[in-house]
Amino acid sequence: MKFSEKWLRTWVDPNIGTDELCDQLTSAGLEADVIETVPDEFNGVVIGEILELHAHPNADRLSVCTVFDGSDKFSVVCGAPNARVGLKTAFARVGSELPDGLEIQPTKLRGVQSYGMLCSAKELGISDDHDGIMELSNTLSLGLGLREAMDLDEVSIDLDLTPNRGDCFSVRGVAREVAVINRMSTIEPVISEVPASTEKIFPIEVHAPSACPRYLGRVIEGVDISQVAPAWMVERLERSGLRSIDPVVDVTNYILLELGQPLHAFDLASLDDRIVVRMAEEGERLTLLDGNSIELDEESLVIAHGTGPLAIAGVMGGVKSGVTETTSDVFLECAFFSPEAIMGTGRRYGIQTDASQRYERGVDSELQGAAMERATALLIEIAGGNPGPVIEVVDETSLPRAKELTLRSARLEHLLGERIKDDEVFGILERLEFRPKEVPDGWEITTPSHRFDISIEEDLVEEVCRIYGYDAIPTRTTLTASPLKPSRRDRINPADLRNLMVHLGYNEVITYSFISPERHDLFSPDIQALVIENPMSKDQSVMRTSLIPGLIDALVSNVARQSTSIRMFEYGQCFNGEVGHLEQGFRIAAAIWGLKDPENWTQEAKTVDFFDIKGDVERLVEASGRGVKFGESARSEFHPGQSADIYVDDNVVGTVGRLSPQLQRKLNVAGDVFVFECDAEPLLLKRQRRHTEVSRYPSIRRDLALVVNQEVSSESVEKLIRETVGELLVEFRLFDVYKGKGIDSIDKSLAVGLIFQDPAKTLTDSDVGALVEKAVVALEQEVGARLR
Amino acid sequence: MDVDEIRAEALARIEASAEVSSLEENRVHYLGKNGLITSLLHGLGDVDPALRPATGAGINAAKSSIQEAIDKRRIELDNEQIQSDLMSQALDVSLPGRKGYRGSLHPVTQTLARIEEIFVGAGYDVVDGPEIEDDYHNFEALNMPSNHPARAMHDTFYLTNEMVLRTHTSPVQVRVMENQKPPIRVICPGRVYRRDSDLTHSPMFHQVEGLVVDKGINFGDLKGTVTEFIRRFFEQELDVRFRPSYFPFTEPSAEVDVMGADGWREVMGCGMVHPNVLSMSGIDPDEYSGFAFGFGGDRLATLFFDVQDLRMFFDNDLRFLKQFA
Repeated sequence: MKFSEKWLRTWVDPNIGTDELCDQLTSAGLEADVIETVPDEFNGVVIGEILELHAHPNADRLSVCTVFDGSDKFSVVCGAPNARVGLKTAFARVGSELPDGLEIQPTKLRGVQSYGMLCSAKELGISDDHDGIMELSNTLSLGLGLREAMDLDEVSIDLDLTPNRGDCFSVRGVAREVAVINRMSTIEPVISEVPASTEKIFPIEVHAPSACPRYLGRVIEGVDISQVAPAWMVERLERSGLRSIDPVVDVTNYILLELGQPLHAFDLASLDDRIVVRMAEEGERLTLLDGNSIELDEESLVIAHGTGPLAIAGVMGGVKSGVTETTSDVFLECAFFSPEAIMGTGRRYGIQTDASQRYERGVDSELQGAAMERATALLIEIAGGNPGPVIEVVDETSLPRAKELTLRSARLEHLLGERIKDDEVFGILERLEFRPKEVPDGWEITTPSHRFDISIEEDLVEEVCRIYGYDAIPTRTTLTASPLKPSRRDRINPADLRNLMVHLGYNEVITYSFISPERHDLFSPDIQALVIENPMSKDQSVMRTSLIPGLIDALVSNVARQSTSIRMFEYGQCFNGEVGHLEQGFRIAAAIWGLKDPENWTQEAKTVDFFDIKGDVERLVEASGRGVKFGESARSEFHPGQSADIYVDDNVVGTVGRLSPQLQRKLNVAGDVFVFECDAEPLLLKRQRRHTEVSRYPSIRRDLALVVNQEVSSESVEKLIRETVGELLVEFRLFDVYKGKGIDSIDKSLAVGLIFQDPAKTLTDSDVGALVEKAVVALEQEVGARLR
Repeated sequence: MDVDEIRAEALARIEASAEVSSLEENRVHYLGKNGLITSLLHGLGDVDPALRPATGAGINAAKSSIQEAIDKRRIELDNEQIQSDLMSQALDVSLPGRKGYRGSLHPVTQTLARIEEIFVGAGYDVVDGPEIEDDYHNFEALNMPSNHPARAMHDTFYLTNEMVLRTHTSPVQVRVMENQKPPIRVICPGRVYRRDSDLTHSPMFHQVEGLVVDKGINFGDLKGTVTEFIRRFFEQELDVRFRPSYFPFTEPSAEVDVMGADGWREVMGCGMVHPNVLSMSGIDPDEYSGFAFGFGGDRLATLFFDVQDLRMFFDNDLRFLKQFA
């Protein structure tokens, strides 16, 4: 909320400057900022009048003016089209300084001497108006400083109010706070009943008393809508960010700002027989003042007449019943709508107004009578008219009731950790209008009608602390001791997993959890993704079911940034299943592309391949102390011949491989991209390590060159050898795979190193020979292998 | 040649040997099985017995001095060899070493890790929770019934009426209180989502929630913990200001500002846990009290690493990310 500081000071005027005032408000929980009207400084500019004006002898567009500043006359050359005799304008005398730092000097313009300059609003930094020199009111005295004449040094204060402080949504509310802080009282405007000068009334029916506990209406006949609000009111409105429109709108806006009470005016001629306050009926439509036509829902409170809705209560009026330039009789509404009835209404229709903001937070339920009288008085003062009697429909049982609460001094001390003196607490409660009474172990209070936000003892703790000062509460840094926590030997910290990826040369990325539906369909056409109802944009409208699309997007954009090698990973949640059966576990995924190693002088540059990323997956799983296996994968986003599902403890936990060539083409990436994605949880389980005896006896190595059909996997060869040879084989090393010359084209040669060791004795050549022989026989029989 | 002549010749030839092989030839020539000195020793039997001891001693003396000269020369030749090998083995040590790529943790991850380290050191547990939350945990249980005006501050993403992308990490504190009895001391870092995007806002960002519940926890503890944390995190004795604010789930509530180069900077919200929140999660507010705080991990990262635009964290430009390696 924005308002003029000068206006606030008519209510309460502590002897402190603007900055300190704002600091006080901020420290009391009303975050305040100063808004300077004219940010750029200028000085020496006064009100001057053009007494004479002659054409410039040497220039068509210029004129030579005689300007009077109340004591002297000056000859000034001016190029503004609106310069004319009798105009009062901004006159920068010789020696003045303008916002751009220019100092006015006597100067010759096309041969004519000029002593000073007539200024436009833009040249002074007041507005963007550069159509001509400023046109100032004839009532201003000559020679008066422009800053003073236009109140340019006055500032507005902008409050960022928290939702609980509806009571501060007015000058009156802020003034109350300032008064409490400075131990002062506010100067309230005198509001007295405006007696009816006509008997005219308009009937009111309230069918929704819990949503509208109090409704006041009054007819004012014969209003002259062509009148203009006085300058002081227009200025206060403008400094609060509202434009002057007509006397009715201006007065209702003024009361809204001053007292925090929204009012609405209907053109009486547009109403039929009565006002009905009720809930909207299904299918009812209304065209609002802003021109939008909406369909009302049954949860909306409306102001209607016999033939349909007129306004959304507390939010916005309808265009048909609004005050226009032809209006002469108005029906003025001043109501208390319950916050619950208005909350959410504006949001459902996408409308926020000054009125709805206040009603949502809550207005003072005792304020309507005074606001109505004040509005009436101001309106007839400006625009004349004859007020009728005020009709009030009230449902006392639905009005908020004052709450009686007890603040225990022990509770206050317990929650704050500070003992505040009893009389200080009492004083704070009293200044806040809580009408405290001392009781044996604390205070009993009654909430004033404007502090409807106070409902429990803790609220009072905050109130006392807020006025006492948060900064005055001493800090304590020693918490009670906490028990020592177990260090889990069966888990890996996710941070260690991430660090391992970093050590493997990967850069961590963080991509959005929502992606575009196209990207999702490209990668996971068979999976239904969760859709966000109200996304920022379509590009961020479905929840990722996999980390790969986001990772690949990041990869593609870095390829475009001329990277020569990319290794990136992400650790984050993915969202699978549907509402009710959601899985949102953490996953880890990585993508590599480009040069296998940093370009260097020791070896030829090679690009990455399947075994680079597979090796990283193996390293990652091995960190848990468990084995990893790989099996055929059916995921469509991968190359069928260069991908594998990852198995840990015989469960599929992820997939590794090359992106399918079709995908790579669609993504327009040159070169092959390799990725893996894996559930994080299986990688975070750690096998418990235990010591086994290291053999003291020497090991023996035997190498075999086996020729097998290309279809035979190296994994099956290893498995067969391990099964036939048993535990004496302590290591299996596959050190060469060869295809080509000397080998049948359907075959390949595998060179393996077998290392044998016995925990209890030295093996002999014949022990090992027998084992190798057994393995060779088995290989021959099972997979058709032969020795090369 | 008598023994002295042999010795003189041997010493000269040893000295002149330029290689280990010629030195070895000379050794064989004089001291080998059929060498000149060896032959002299073998011939001692023919010498007059009276002269034999003196002759023998002379030959042995010559043998020793030849052997010594050979040993000495061998060491010299070895050293020369090593010296010349060293010359030929010399490398351009300024050439870069052989190494793989250097990885990096994301600056936000590094920031969160730093935060976790500080709190874990003070006995806090680190917990996480689901990013798609139900309305109850994200709002209701935090004292924000439907239509509560504070919900408007959250700019929520909805999946259905009942399921939202969590707008803060506070629902994790509810889940902790539902499952754990006090004393509770946790921090909950994680991703949160709000419909907002500009220099200082991203629709996805990171929050760290902290919660302490125990007997006798008060506002002074909250102030102390938050102030201490901020000073440890920035490693500076910064000025910290608490001012009243409003969160539906804390009472009293506070906003925390830190004094920076351009004045006060808002860094986090906090407060004493609202008694309704405690009781809804099954904790008796008359027996226990607690405080909670929450702040943006990315926001602290922007201050810590001097990043101007928060959205750069999610651009994933490797040239940016590698700066934090």
